[in-house]
Amino acid sequence: MSNTVSLDNKTAWAGDNKSPFGASYGKLMMWFFLMSDALSFTGFLSAYGFYRHYYGSLWPTAENVFTHFPFMHGDHPLLYVALMTFILIMSSVTMVLAVEAGHRMDKKGVTLWMLLTLVGGAIFLGSQAWEWSHFIHGTELGAIELGRGSFMLPDGSVELTKGVIARWADDSKEVLLLPWREVAGDVTSPYLQLTGQALAEAVQNGKAIHGANLTHNEYGHPLFGDFFFFITGFHGTHVLSGVILNFIIFVNVLMGTYEKRGHYEMVEKVGLYWHFVDLVWVFVFTFFYLV
Amino acid sequence: MSHSEDKPYQYAVHHSEEEGKKTRKRIWLIFWVLLAITSVEVMLGLFWKEIGVNWAFVKMTFIILTVIKAFYIVSEYMHLKHENTWLKNTIIIPYVLFALYILYHIFTEGVYSEMMENWLY
Repeated sequence: MSNTVSLDNKTAWAGDNKSPFGASYGKLMMWFFLMSDALSFTGFLSAYGFYRHYYGSLWPTAENVFTHFPFMHGDHPLLYVALMTFILIMSSVTMVLAVEAGHRMDKKGVTLWMLLTLVGGAIFLGSQAWEWSHFIHGTELGAIELGRGSFMLPDGSVELTKGVIARWADDSKEVLLLPWREVAGDVTSPYLQLTGQALAEAVQNGKAIHGANLTHNEYGHPLFGDFFFFITGFHGTHVLSGVILNFIIFVNVLMGTYEKRGHYEMVEKVGLYWHFVDLVWVFVFTFFYLV
Repeated sequence: MSHSEDKPYQYAVHHSEEEGKKTRKRIWLIFWVLLAITSVEVMLGLFWKEIGVNWAFVKMTFIILTVIKAFYIVSEYMHLKHENTWLKNTIIIPYVLFALYILYHIFTEGVYSEMMENWLY
């Protein structure tokens, strides 16, 4: 064929170096990946929200579950999670500063800020492990998972007790709080107090539970534990892979790979992923811990 | 859009020292905004009963504040605000569409949840 046009390897796929989106292939694909990944998290959190409202007061309040703070005694609801959130936002700031330094071809700056981002990510992962361990081991006091039986609500309707988690009112173990799914509008007293004979029977028929796993949860409905492990676990996996990616790029920065290449776009791309991890946590923090 | 037709795309646009200074200032400003919003959220979560507002209000406030935080992270830290219009659209439109679709199903099909009891336990 005489009219064959020989294509230059470098420009054939780059459209004469013009990009309709004004972004490189890698950056664009990172955005598409993040968008689809955001949908997975949307699904998770929507499902969580659905069950949380469906089970009403059978569902534990995160405020009552995550009350520990390292090296401190007593109740500190949400404090540690707030600190974790702060650490992750902080590492997002150091990441964006690394990207900015990259735009000035400032190798020293990129190295410093990437290193701080790595440290932030590692602290966050450690905190999450600590939080998981506390959730799995639970409290000394524990709770009673009720056995077969039924009880009557003030309005006369009868509910089954099987599988319901009743928590102790305090350390004295004299009052057991039995929750039920509140009737619409009635949120004033979602607990029935068990004492004396009824309490003894409940303890006899039930099972003492400490901590949580995929099938039992001392703080309330077992689905809460499932969602906790899945959502924070899925997010934690993202943080872990983010830290690994950041580390690879950090090593490349040290070796001067991007200095030679003439641009630090790779830092920008892992930066996008890292911000996404922070973004997801912002939502997990709100929907799992606050609401 | 016109600018992609006019000039060829360059990897990782470089900027000068002065521009960098301005960018850094903006980065830190947004950090303080994010920190302030998070602090407000935590305080509200701990003391909403003492303040005397109802839970529905607190919940809505949390959601609105979260969306504001997400907006700042995506638009500034992820730089989406400064990208090409069609890059913005191809990310935001599909996401918002699907997210609303999921929410729509939860709010409408959720009424059948009362029937779940018969099969689940």
